[in-house]
Amino acid sequence: MHQPIATTRSATGIPTGRLAVWWVIASEIVIFGGLLGSYVMYRLLHDAWSIEAANTHTLAGATNTFVLLTSSLFVVLGHHAAEHGDGKKAFRYLWLTILGGFIFLIIKSIEWTGEIHHGFVMTKSLFWAFYYTAAGLHALHVIAGMVIMAIISFDTIKNKNLHRVELIGIYWHFVDIVWIFLFPLLYIAK
Amino acid sequence: MSHDHHEQSFFSKYLFSTDHKVIAMQYLFTGMFMALIGGFFAYGFRMQLAFPGIEVPGLGLVTPNLYNELVTNHGSIMIFWVAMPVLIAAFGNYLIPLMIGCDDMVFPRLNRLSYQIFLISAIVLIASFFVPGGGFSGAWTSYPPLSAQAKYNLTPLGAPMWLTAVALEFVAFLLGGINFITTLMNSRAPGMKMWDIPIVLWMIVIASIVFMASAGPLIAGAVMLLFDQIYHIGFFNPNKGGDPILWQHLFWFFGHPEVYVVLLPAMGIVAEVITVFARKKLFGYKTILYTTIATGTLSFFVWAHHQFVAGIDPRMANVFTITTILISIPVTEMCFAYIATLFGGSIELRTPMLFALAFLAEFLIGGVTGIFLGSSGSDIYFHDTYFVLAHFHYTFVPIAIISVFAGIYYWFPKMFGRHMNETLGKIHFWGTVIPFNLIFLPLFFLGLAGQHRRIYSYENFPELAKPYLQDLRILATVSLIVMLSFQVVFLFNFFYSIFKGKKAEKNPWRANTLEWAAASPPPHGNFPELPQVYRPPYEYSVPGRELDYWPQNEKA
Repeated sequence: MHQPIATTRSATGIPTGRLAVWWVIASEIVIFGGLLGSYVMYRLLHDAWSIEAANTHTLAGATNTFVLLTSSLFVVLGHHAAEHGDGKKAFRYLWLTILGGFIFLIIKSIEWTGEIHHGFVMTKSLFWAFYYTAAGLHALHVIAGMVIMAIISFDTIKNKNLHRVELIGIYWHFVDIVWIFLFPLLYIAK
Repeated sequence: MSHDHHEQSFFSKYLFSTDHKVIAMQYLFTGMFMALIGGFFAYGFRMQLAFPGIEVPGLGLVTPNLYNELVTNHGSIMIFWVAMPVLIAAFGNYLIPLMIGCDDMVFPRLNRLSYQIFLISAIVLIASFFVPGGGFSGAWTSYPPLSAQAKYNLTPLGAPMWLTAVALEFVAFLLGGINFITTLMNSRAPGMKMWDIPIVLWMIVIASIVFMASAGPLIAGAVMLLFDQIYHIGFFNPNKGGDPILWQHLFWFFGHPEVYVVLLPAMGIVAEVITVFARKKLFGYKTILYTTIATGTLSFFVWAHHQFVAGIDPRMANVFTITTILISIPVTEMCFAYIATLFGGSIELRTPMLFALAFLAEFLIGGVTGIFLGSSGSDIYFHDTYFVLAHFHYTFVPIAIISVFAGIYYWFPKMFGRHMNETLGKIHFWGTVIPFNLIFLPLFFLGLAGQHRRIYSYENFPELAKPYLQDLRILATVSLIVMLSFQVVFLFNFFYSIFKGKKAEKNPWRANTLEWAAASPPPHGNFPELPQVYRPPYEYSVPGRELDYWPQNEKA
């Protein structure tokens, strides 16, 4: 496909890709905002949910918070490398970030398997419905981020389209921040 | 990638094109096709209301279930699959790159993906009419418990399919919206500053931002409702600790801004048309822009006026009454600015201008009747009656039908390089606008008489089965049939003119904006040489200048 001149212009001075990623994040914020806002309003009305919430694994959640934050550090280092034109190094950091995503998902699967075995399934009560819906939607975003990062990395290693490392980095931070909201709301508040 | 000038196959040129003009046409034609379905559905249920129990020609007997299906999908189609794709996506895609003087959208492949997802959503919706149980029958607002439980809506498959289709449609417009906003922000022609952007583009982009900011909670709500439908979770079921009112909040937090999402592009189209055909500078460009922003912002604070009788706190109802009445100020201001534009202009009553003027007149009625519904006191009486129905059709028909016609007649020469027939256009205009009023004026009176919405037959309501009320229903139905038949004139004119119309030159209306600097129709890449901008878009009848227009790209 021929690249249109439109893509190369920058009337605002902000690169087009970065601008678009910020708008994507704006639209994602209201999606998660709607879901978490509904959860918080229900939670305020139902004290009994704290009994349900006591069954979540705070340690697993905390570990996952640590894992995601660490992966965010890797993507920052990847961005740093990309800015200095070191595609090979950026490639390595991108894959370390993807590894972080994997560990997050593995911990999550073990956690969920245990909970489901103990009968804490989606239909048990609305708390668990929100728990699985919100964390599930977040996990989908983690997976999407990992896939995009993997695709980008093969350009990065050839020193092509290095600016994309920054774009996926912004997105990955967003996914991270959503988790930082989910963790206290679903695990810590008991 | 290399760009060889090889012959594109039909497939890659029209189905998988990344050219913004082709994608705009895809949206336009899909929207027109869906409008035919939506119109046919209206015909179906109006026939049942006017002549209860008859075999409707072309449809057969309208059973209560079919009636609900027709009403639900008429509303959904007209808003999600006609107004949105035509007003935002078709005009947005066509006009944004041309009017800012560049060759395409910033993300052409994202644009193509947006249309493809939209097409899938339309196919899912149409497919839902043919599954066992038929299409969704829980009204376009999809309130639980009616929408959440198949035992109430009787459409176990239609309901989740409808919801999926709406969610996909949202994804399509979020992708499109990101493209629109980014393109307008970053890809303007050199020299085009903030105040040089044509109003229609401001409005489409502000509408995209409003859509983006309001659709999120409903996407979350749609996931929750889908889980309720399929897994019986009970997010909206009080027996399980849920609350059906929550859905209403999530729905109307989107649903009311949505009104302005479609209103703004319509207002923008009208602004372009009236300046050209009044040969006058747009009155108060900045005022119009600021009122647009005010409308967009206020639109997030009015949603609960749909829920005055839903059991919300009366103190909250007061707040929402005030915000609702407030929002009429910027919208009225816009209308006044348009009237001031007309004042003293040399008005040329061509078909696009007729439609633009009709938009102002009809929308005014829609706006004024809204005051009664925005006030919580009177809304208690009017709620859920045909008064509401007539009110919002007096806003939506001018928006989604009349302004769209203004836009199509106006930009047709640019789109297809030929003119539409003026006489047929005027026949179509009067054949649309007169019956439109005859459909919905009677419905105001029926609403005042207490006629509730979404009722299959009024025969069992002694107060409403009176013959003089039935006469009004018949008048509305007959007028609808007349209005629909006059669309044949339009369709003939449209398709005939694409192939046989009078050839149009580059700038047949002597307009200023950049799209008229491109050839008609613009080739791939739009401009032979990308234009520069030297002045604002509405410099008409400038004193001391020989020509009464002054194109934006013309060097002083």
